[in-house]
Amino acid sequence: MIKLRDIHKAYKTEFTSLQVLKGIDLDIQEGEFASIMGSSGSGKSTLLNILGILDEYDSGEYHLAGQLMKDLSEKQAAYYRNQFIGFVFQSFNLLNFKTAVENVSLPLYYRKVDRKLRHEKAMHYLEMVGLKDWAGHLPTQLSGGQQQRVAIARSMVTEPKVLLADEPTGALDTKTSHEVMGLFQKINEQGKTVLIVTHEQDIAKVTERIIEIQDGVILTPQQV
Amino acid sequence: MKWVDTEKWNEIFISISKHKLRTALTALGVFWGIFMLVILLGAGQGLQNGIAQQFRSDAINSLWIYGGSTSLEFNGLPKNRRIIFNNDDYLEISNRFPEVPYLAGRVYLSNNLILKYKDKSLGYSVRAIHPDMRHIENINITKGRFINEKDQRDIRKVAVIGEIVRQDVFGGENPIGKEIMLGSTAYYVIGVSFDAESDRAQREILIPISVGQVVYQGNENISNLGLVTGDMNEGEVQALEEGIIDILAANHQFNPADERAIRVNNRYEDYKNVQNLFFGIKAFLWFVGVGSILAGIVGVSNIMLIIVKDRTKEIGVRKALGATPQSIISMVLSEAIFITFMAGYMGFFFGVVVLYLISGVDSDFFRNPEIHLGVGFAAVLILVIAGTLAGLIPARQAAKINPIEAMRS
Repeated sequence: MIKLRDIHKAYKTEFTSLQVLKGIDLDIQEGEFASIMGSSGSGKSTLLNILGILDEYDSGEYHLAGQLMKDLSEKQAAYYRNQFIGFVFQSFNLLNFKTAVENVSLPLYYRKVDRKLRHEKAMHYLEMVGLKDWAGHLPTQLSGGQQQRVAIARSMVTEPKVLLADEPTGALDTKTSHEVMGLFQKINEQGKTVLIVTHEQDIAKVTERIIEIQDGVILTPQQV
Repeated sequence: MKWVDTEKWNEIFISISKHKLRTALTALGVFWGIFMLVILLGAGQGLQNGIAQQFRSDAINSLWIYGGSTSLEFNGLPKNRRIIFNNDDYLEISNRFPEVPYLAGRVYLSNNLILKYKDKSLGYSVRAIHPDMRHIENINITKGRFINEKDQRDIRKVAVIGEIVRQDVFGGENPIGKEIMLGSTAYYVIGVSFDAESDRAQREILIPISVGQVVYQGNENISNLGLVTGDMNEGEVQALEEGIIDILAANHQFNPADERAIRVNNRYEDYKNVQNLFFGIKAFLWFVGVGSILAGIVGVSNIMLIIVKDRTKEIGVRKALGATPQSIISMVLSEAIFITFMAGYMGFFFGVVVLYLISGVDSDFFRNPEIHLGVGFAAVLILVIAGTLAGLIPARQAAKINPIEAMRS
């Protein structure tokens, strides 16, 4: 599903060049439930940006679902993001002026799905995360855990190839964190590829595979 | 892309209705800019109209020539001779200067004449004039007609009466075609005049100059001459004045340098001053108008910047969910254009309503405030375009922002 070959990425300023990713090779198969672990500054956020087609890389190759993701225009990048990837963020990032169901249906708007169908699908996924009765509520009327579940429903509504979660439990308490991880597990059991970026050992342990990143390279299992 | 994208506009209307404060602030800025522009321009126009009214009869670029007494001996003739113009002078000036659009002579009858009509008997001053006097004095005919060339040539006993004369003598009766007595001569009333300059003019009765000369004077004398210089420039008016003095000097045997033989009242200076005043008012209006528009543009640009900043996170989320940069820019700008245009239109509408309400005010220096429709719409359009351009730059930057960064901020 995901194939990274010798990915390099540097942040350049006028005087300095900071090498962040120093040759990443990574394969993630369809249906895998994996986590990327690393401390801050390890390059995991940059890697996530590249995986999510939010940032470009300097050299190497990134194949997503068999397609090469390189030198994309903004429009193409937006298209692949919408088609292939579902995002879940640490701070939920729901639009506060939209209700739960409107938030969930937003990615389908950018897929030019008709309004009625958008609503139906959004309701379906809200039901999956157990928030069908909260569909008409605004994010501010929901608890953190509920907001994250709405965000997960939103990431699922386009039926993406890969679910990318960036510190999805960073803003939640332990109990709620476990509930949310349970939800990811359930989604994975349905056959979806789930990739979670975290710095918490507890969270990473829930996944089936832990990929550790340090100083811009992936540590081999022997090193872990 | 479709011209009317109902899905997009639906998104925009939701966004507008959910962000009432933001919408209201943007709208208020634009509304106020256009509203003030309309009020200021309208009031300025009212000021100009009022002043134009004040100068309505004086603003004519006219030249008046009066006879005087010689103060210098000339060709063996003594001083202190009275100079009185006559029909030959009139004809000669008329023939020599065909470029003068209007030329007329005037005869003052020495005493008031008694006007008799039915049982009424009232005294009025009577002036005998050439038909062109209408254009030199800006006489306004409210009923009937003015004295014409045929009246003049045929020495018809016809009279144009002032508005106050009409009220005093005829009241509600229609005066046109009625026979009146002026002294011992009968006249037909052919018209009613209204001269904005003074009440005095409205108490006067005008008759053809030929009638005045034949009936009351028995000679061809003319008290004074008036003419309009049309669109001549200052130099041409000067040359005309000298040419006329030369003709009169030759006809009446006086030294052209004799300043007391005749008196010339050139109103070109007054005319120029009034023109300058109007130019000043116009310049002021433009200054105010351009200033208001600039202030409006700055205001709208500022609000656009704030709005885009305010929406950075939302834009990041939308991008992560698959929004293209174009759709982001289009969304932000469409919303801005919609609000700007509606607010501008409202400002324009209410400004016009206020102008309408104060249009009842009719003071000496203020009347009929009005705004040119085209100017108003152009102002709204300029604001919308300026707002769009001002919003375009931050919107494009926002569309380039990395969603992850945007959402973390």
